[in-house]
Amino acid sequence: MSKAVRERNRIVVRFAGDSGDGMQLTGDRFTSATAVLGNDLATLPDFPAEIRAPAGTVHGVSAFQIQFASDDITTPGDHADVLVAMNPAALKADLDKVGKGGVLVLNEDSFTQRNVEKAGYETDPIEDGTLDGYQVFKVPMTSITVRATEGIGIGKKEAERAKNMFALGLVSWMFGRPTETTLSWLEKKFGSKQEIFDANVAAFKAGYHFGETTELFAESYRVEAAPQRPGTYRNVAGATALAWGLVAAAERSGLPLFYASYPITPASELLHELSRHKNFGVITIQAEDEIAAANMALGAAFTGQLAVTGTSGPGVDLKAETIGLAVIMELPMILVDVMRAGPSTGMPTKTEQADLLLAMYGRHGESPLPIVAAATPSDCFSAALEAARIAVRYRTPVILLSDTFIANSSEPWALPDVDELPTIDPAFASPNGPDFLPYSRDDRLARPWAVPGTPGLVHRIGGLERQDGTGNISYDPANHELMTRLRQAKVEGVADDVPALEVDDPSGDAELLVLGWGSSLGTITAAVGAARADGKKVATAHLRHLNPFPANTAEVVRAYPKILIPEMNLGQLAALIRAKYLVDAQTYSKVQGLPIFAEELENEITRMLDE
Amino acid sequence: MSDVMQNGGAAPGDAPATLTKKDFTSDQEPRWCPGCGDYAILSAVQGFMPELGIEPHKTVFVSGIGCSGRFTYYMDTYGMHGIHGRAPALATGIAVANPDLSVWVVTGDGDGLSIGGNHLIHALRRNVNIKILLFNNQIYGLTKGQYSPTSEEGKVTKSTPFGSVDHPFNPIALALGVEATFVARTIDNDRQHLTEVLRRAAQHQGTAFVEIYQNCNVFNDGAFDLLREKAQGKQNQIRLEEGEPIVFDEGNRCVRVGENGRYEIAATADTDPASIVVHDPHGRPSLAFALAHLSKGPDEPSCIGVFHEVERPVYGQAIQHQLQAATERLGKGDLDTLLRSGDTWTVD
Repeated sequence: MSKAVRERNRIVVRFAGDSGDGMQLTGDRFTSATAVLGNDLATLPDFPAEIRAPAGTVHGVSAFQIQFASDDITTPGDHADVLVAMNPAALKADLDKVGKGGVLVLNEDSFTQRNVEKAGYETDPIEDGTLDGYQVFKVPMTSITVRATEGIGIGKKEAERAKNMFALGLVSWMFGRPTETTLSWLEKKFGSKQEIFDANVAAFKAGYHFGETTELFAESYRVEAAPQRPGTYRNVAGATALAWGLVAAAERSGLPLFYASYPITPASELLHELSRHKNFGVITIQAEDEIAAANMALGAAFTGQLAVTGTSGPGVDLKAETIGLAVIMELPMILVDVMRAGPSTGMPTKTEQADLLLAMYGRHGESPLPIVAAATPSDCFSAALEAARIAVRYRTPVILLSDTFIANSSEPWALPDVDELPTIDPAFASPNGPDFLPYSRDDRLARPWAVPGTPGLVHRIGGLERQDGTGNISYDPANHELMTRLRQAKVEGVADDVPALEVDDPSGDAELLVLGWGSSLGTITAAVGAARADGKKVATAHLRHLNPFPANTAEVVRAYPKILIPEMNLGQLAALIRAKYLVDAQTYSKVQGLPIFAEELENEITRMLDE
Repeated sequence: MSDVMQNGGAAPGDAPATLTKKDFTSDQEPRWCPGCGDYAILSAVQGFMPELGIEPHKTVFVSGIGCSGRFTYYMDTYGMHGIHGRAPALATGIAVANPDLSVWVVTGDGDGLSIGGNHLIHALRRNVNIKILLFNNQIYGLTKGQYSPTSEEGKVTKSTPFGSVDHPFNPIALALGVEATFVARTIDNDRQHLTEVLRRAAQHQGTAFVEIYQNCNVFNDGAFDLLREKAQGKQNQIRLEEGEPIVFDEGNRCVRVGENGRYEIAATADTDPASIVVHDPHGRPSLAFALAHLSKGPDEPSCIGVFHEVERPVYGQAIQHQLQAATERLGKGDLDTLLRSGDTWTVD
């Protein structure tokens, strides 16, 4: 039986189920198959902080959304075209994330009276009209999976656990995904456990064949490969790219990488990933607490290592005093802040961009440091290299901002030629006379990096104010002012050592500039693209360097009558821009722990242009 | 790895024999209060360092906040004066990153046991190759006289005008409790004893914890007089010597095994010599723990010397061994191979 195949440019699929249902894994495998097919894609894992919230409840729903396309896309999509819901709770939690007329693929077996009630429905949503206007496909996923795995020799419970592979198989058929990628991955993952492997393969194939053979599905969809520039690609998540960027910075500087961290969501992934690469000489330490991790890194920085500590907001609070110490010691060090929704413990698995002012001002005294922000998952790689370059060149702590969204999200990445990556010169101090001056300065106001073990450079550094030149303790009023201004001037000097802020203004006479930073790039690109397609004249610019801003930023922001800054906070970049440049930058805020939707932003662009 | 690595830390004796105290004395003038016990410790350390035969540029002193924190500036070695309580963490970073360095931490009872207690116990647990000198004066000096976590109960200070109700730490017992591999106590004004303890600490592979009773003559003068003043000090110091029966007070008193196996102080004349405890620093930590609890504090006869000294893998070395083993097993890391690991596809 041959079924109709419908061409589509873009599809958004959302997998939702219990935390224990393996939805992240399912989404991840679907993503891999999609990447290999050459579609452009963007993903959004969306999971609860609880490892296993009570099964069947809305609190325990874990979801994974992917948008894939035959053209260039930059977001995981505002609304899903297809929702795969493994139980009533998943339907309840995510139905509002499905677009009008969307496809619902429901695991019919799980819609028992008890589960329906547990999800908070009073009546069965399949029967009571809740799903009117959607295309509903009821598939008894659990029971077919159990039947498909009969004779393999595993228990019913274990068989049921493979139902996510059934869902993956079914959706793979729906969108013409290749099966080889998943099958070979299953072999790698479960090859040594024959029965589990057999069960997962059987479930996956059962799902695929179910789509192909049953009359339930009349058609499948095809999304052609997106045009990509020549090169070798892989799919990469932000956390991985950031870790690899640090490894690359170590390789390109010749400095050993030293990473000290305390487990914290969502930054633990960096510790996990870096811990795997000891054959690169990477030292990783799981410290006793956040403060220790920062201090260990600072100690390592003193000895001439590429020192990094990674955390999320609560950890940044705790490390603040140590970062201030690094500021006065003027040692190279990177603090990675994978931002999550705050304040306090907030929503650990949800994204936010609300640590910008913390990075900027979250230390006592005049304590300036450079700030670099990654914009997309793959951009985390080059942002890490850039943070390392600035830290080493200027002998300063640098805060590298990422966030939960780009850390967990993934996208295709055109792999760089590693020999073309920038090199970083540690330029260690060497003895050049009897009187070594640890607080002398070069043309960019950086002081010498003199590491213990070097004869002739013995010196002491510390948190007390340093005397200019000698670095001895000084309480001299004029010296404190001099040193305060020197530290500030050094950081401000980075502005003309970074690329100018690029403006994308195709018509050249846009009235509105949409200015962004960090992970809102995808949303801005999509929203502005849509607005332009609608004939609107909109310019965009995206800041990678948040402190200092690139030297031409004043010129850029003053060139447009209207400025809109979309942020997942209450207007932090807008506050900085307004204060520094005296322009009337407007904020578009969203703080729901999720990326801003392109459609919302497009509406705001329209509104501002109509004003 | 080099031999130095095997030894963990700069190897004693690899420097020219011409080192003198002057080589370890910086040009900064110490600014402690006149009469402070810190002067004596500084002088003893500066005088002792040449003996180790490790050059100043291979030595790092790390300190935190408090009067002890200034120590770093007076040593003509590399030095890092950190923030309050974090010196063991800074030193861990230094010692792990460069195992060829001789790394010393100078801390106090407030810095090391109050705000920095967590880092202290974890450094001791890990057995990082650092030497920790804890200057215990049982008071906050730099903040002008509040009670500290080693102050005795009932201590009247500015912050406890009605007397402290806090129970103090026993620093030796604390270190033994977290399984420190080298635990010792000495006294600021007994230069010979101090130097001998430092020498043993320096030779130890791993974290050495040395509590130094240090007189703060401004805010807590006389806290250790029972042990450190010439008149009665000798009578009340219980000197621990490896392999020797523990007797003190010119042989008049001893430490013996009492009822239920408890250690107690007794008159030697009334004691069966067989029940006098023979000191074994390499034995079970419980023996050292019992010695740590012989007195409630320095206002009673107390032990000084090396309580406990055992071998355990050294943290920095274990890390270096993992790097070596991983490189042998996986081959030296290649960035391009790493980026291309997993599924890739090529567009022509």
